[in-house]
Amino acid sequence: MLKARVYVTIKQSVLDPQGVAVQGALHSMGFREVEGLRIGKYMEMQLDTDDRFEAEARVKAMCEKLLANTVVEDYRFELEG
Amino acid sequence: MNQQVSAKEPNAEQIAQQHIYKQMGVSDSEYELICGFLGRKPNYTEIGVFSVMWSEHCAYKNSKPLLRRFPTSGPRVLMGPGEGAGIVDIGDNQAVVFKIESHNHPSAVEPYQGAATGVGGIIRDIFSMGARPVALLNSLRFGKLESERVKYLFEHVVSGIAGYGNCIGIPTVGGEVVFDESYDGNPLVNAMCVGLIDHDKIQRGVAKGVGNPVFYVGPPTGRDGIHGATFASEELTEESEAKRTAVQVGDPFMEKLVMEACLELIDTGIVLGIQDMGAAGLTCSSAEMASKAGNGLELYLDQVPQREEGMTPYEMMLSESQERMLFVVEPKDEAQALEIFDRWGVICAKVGKVTDDGRLKLFHHGEVVGDMPVTALVDECPVYEKPSAVPAYYELNAGIDTLRYPEVSDLNAALEQILASPSVASKAWVYNQYDYMVRTSTAVRPGSDAAVVTVQGTRKALAMTTDCNGRFVYLDPEVGGKIAVSEAARNIVCSGAEPLAITDNLNFGSPEKPDIFWQMERAVDGMAEACRVLDAPVIGGNVSLYNENLKGAIYPTPVVGMVGLVHDTDHITTQGFKNEGDVIVLLGDTRGELGGSEFQAVVHGVTEGRPPVLDLQVEKQLLDAVLSAIQGGLVRSAHDLSEGGLAVALAESCISGGIGAKIALDSALRADLALFSESQSRIVLSAAPAQAEQLLDHLASRGVPVQRIGVVEGSALKVSINGVSAIDRPVKELARVWEDAIPCRMQ
Amino acid sequence: MKFAVLVFPGSNCDIDCYKAVESALGEPVDYVWHTATDLSGYDCILVPGGFSYGDYLRCGAIARFAPVMNEVAKAAEEGKYVLGICNGFQILTEAGLLPGTLRRNDSLKFRCHDTVLRVENNDNPFTSLYAEGEEITIPIAHGEGNYYCDEDTLKQLQENRQIIFRYSNNPNGSVDDIAGITNERGNVVGMMPHPERAVDGLLGSEDGKKMFTSILKAWRDRHESAGIR
Repeated sequence: MLKARVYVTIKQSVLDPQGVAVQGALHSMGFREVEGLRIGKYMEMQLDTDDRFEAEARVKAMCEKLLANTVVEDYRFELEG
Repeated sequence: MNQQVSAKEPNAEQIAQQHIYKQMGVSDSEYELICGFLGRKPNYTEIGVFSVMWSEHCAYKNSKPLLRRFPTSGPRVLMGPGEGAGIVDIGDNQAVVFKIESHNHPSAVEPYQGAATGVGGIIRDIFSMGARPVALLNSLRFGKLESERVKYLFEHVVSGIAGYGNCIGIPTVGGEVVFDESYDGNPLVNAMCVGLIDHDKIQRGVAKGVGNPVFYVGPPTGRDGIHGATFASEELTEESEAKRTAVQVGDPFMEKLVMEACLELIDTGIVLGIQDMGAAGLTCSSAEMASKAGNGLELYLDQVPQREEGMTPYEMMLSESQERMLFVVEPKDEAQALEIFDRWGVICAKVGKVTDDGRLKLFHHGEVVGDMPVTALVDECPVYEKPSAVPAYYELNAGIDTLRYPEVSDLNAALEQILASPSVASKAWVYNQYDYMVRTSTAVRPGSDAAVVTVQGTRKALAMTTDCNGRFVYLDPEVGGKIAVSEAARNIVCSGAEPLAITDNLNFGSPEKPDIFWQMERAVDGMAEACRVLDAPVIGGNVSLYNENLKGAIYPTPVVGMVGLVHDTDHITTQGFKNEGDVIVLLGDTRGELGGSEFQAVVHGVTEGRPPVLDLQVEKQLLDAVLSAIQGGLVRSAHDLSEGGLAVALAESCISGGIGAKIALDSALRADLALFSESQSRIVLSAAPAQAEQLLDHLASRGVPVQRIGVVEGSALKVSINGVSAIDRPVKELARVWEDAIPCRMQ
Repeated sequence: MKFAVLVFPGSNCDIDCYKAVESALGEPVDYVWHTATDLSGYDCILVPGGFSYGDYLRCGAIARFAPVMNEVAKAAEEGKYVLGICNGFQILTEAGLLPGTLRRNDSLKFRCHDTVLRVENNDNPFTSLYAEGEEITIPIAHGEGNYYCDEDTLKQLQENRQIIFRYSNNPNGSVDDIAGITNERGNVVGMMPHPERAVDGLLGSEDGKKMFTSILKAWRDRHESAGIR
């Protein structure tokens, strides 16, 4: 069993209005040091395999095909176990 | 009888000795009664089941005697209170189904999910009757739109309503939003759903036919919304803390699938009984279905789809997981039912059986874990006649002269001040977040007197509104109750519809307080009388009590949801002035009545005195005359006078129509009273010049006081009183003030 | 001419599209389930609005993998007309049948109201009965209608005249005020505004009707000329 953690975020080049709004809220609350806040999605899943190499390729395919829309989103993932 | 379903649950003896039932809201005397019905002490699951069945929400134990005062029948009423929703005939084998329900307390804790699940619950009430939901409305109350907390609640309640309604594809076409500090910390979120049904498709929540299987539909059951008090016991451990009651989370996508599948199932004609699992989930739906059929029911809890591991019978019976239904078919029809749910990708599991012993029996791991007489659960909850007393504030208000305030001289400023008051201001910020057009039937969108939704394939339409002025009800509950029903009827008639019936949501403080119970009694009496005179029976509703904050009870707020029938879409009328030169007439008498008015609250900063008087016979005469004038094609626009009186009504008709008006009033009243008094039974109409005389004759011949007050003209609202200019503002300027008020506060 | 209205779990403007075809054109129209594997009998495929699969993960992301979407791609390939409205537009971009994507509205709020659109290109089966530059009132109802594509794609869209509708008052932050686009070939259109909600004056606007009559006209023109040949 492997565990995958997938992070999907809006590309740096693309405006993230939610991120801008939350950053603005933090600023108005006095957390002025906050910069570059981006909001993304976090997914975790169990993979019924022990083959890290294979798992890597499979999770990448999942991200490309479904989990991220690469027109506007970047993704990265970690495997564990 | 297995008393030890779970090591962590107290047994029957402990429940008795430690009075654990009290934490569930069961009194000592109620506990004794329950022991009597069972012939023994109840175990943990059983006392849990009784506690929810005997709660105010399910048993109406404090409000039942009052609810009996409402007229509930009429020639058009096909189903009154008691089922999921009431049903009214609209001809041609069709009927309209509607109900309003509150989700006040969940929304105060988690506004997005509280509001969303409120919407989801009321939709299930409608489609469980076999009806296709066609429209949603809501009635919302918040504290003053000033504090961050109120803004947070407002924003998230609105987005919760939007999130659920938009996703499931039912248009949210109307409602009201009122801001007043009395609702600080205790917002009101009342949601109403309207559906259409053919007479022969009407369903009931009955468990018919001994031996028939009982099916569970919907997502698996989790520990959502289980009565919070349950875990507040002395034996609170880390383990039980981890299991503490979770906020119910709505899944509108799932409900869409459940709804489509259930409507398809009902269409086959094989359903014997169907009911949604609302408050008290599996407990309430199974007990009520058995009771209505005079049968018993066995539930096999191992078969209940479960989202979490190790759920106890208590948890399964009390869970309020959303989007679930219960239905009964004959064994021969099982396969057909299962096929439908399978195609829609919705879980459907056989969880029980109809029996003839009149008992609700629960099985878990092969043992009986609960065995209770159905009649005791459903019918035997004691009903309380609470003591009632006239509150001191009511006596005090009798002596207050609401005309003692100094006359306001800058009437332009006063008008703008009222237009900018969030309760009066444009609610576009709210309703533009709702998809009010999906299903392409919305003929009158939010923002007019009532929303109008067409009935496909006919020339008919339904007008619908929610109304209540809590200030009036507070100042005089009986008069305020009458006004709530009358104003709803006025909105319906102004849209070109005949009032059919109402659903009511009685939002009050704690009934344990005699002055609150007095408010309830008087408000119900006023509403009931208005319903009788205006021929609008009560076909269902909801009671929400204990709405209090640190300062005390909310304003008594018995929200009226009314539906009317537009006989021909040609009759549909809106509030906006239409054409240059149209004649404007004012119907009804204006008196100097400022008690509870918007003017009194906004300009003078108080709510005191007595509310405006209301004569129901006068109201009835007005409504009949206006409806027949509209049906006779004599009316171009119609708008009822409510918050802000004549001045605000004229401003709204100008803004909606994007056109000005020139008004010359003759009045014996002071100018500020003539403009802002909230005297009842008044309507502003406009008519084509060629039809004005006929309209005036028509109204006068029906005994309606009527005066020609001006014409639709230009781009400004100009009002003179006895020849002296009182208001003169560009409509664009008024519109800006009115439209910007809420968005500016929400930035 | 035969129309298909696709039905995904969570579609809810399917009924509106169906009614619009019925009332504006009176041509035959069927609901087609997301599991269907044959669209050969249809001349125009309508991908309706709604919240397919709850719009979970991303709008349209799950629907694009429904079996019927292979057939939609095939129909587009064959030159049949495909119109995606609102969620339908989102599904078509996710499926790669149209470029770009739809992001959350810049207001971060769902917005439902009338919008004024400018017809930017009427040399197209979907808009031929409008005048070029004509302003029409069509409602929007979406939370994620903020069209985005990179600069190269935008240049292509502009050069190929693939932008067929622009907002005159951008309600959602879309690049270049884009409200609707076509594919290069011009037989696949995606748009956020709802023409199917604007075919009846009683409900506010009839300005969307010509979109449906344009499609029918294009189909007839093609069939008549094919018949002559």
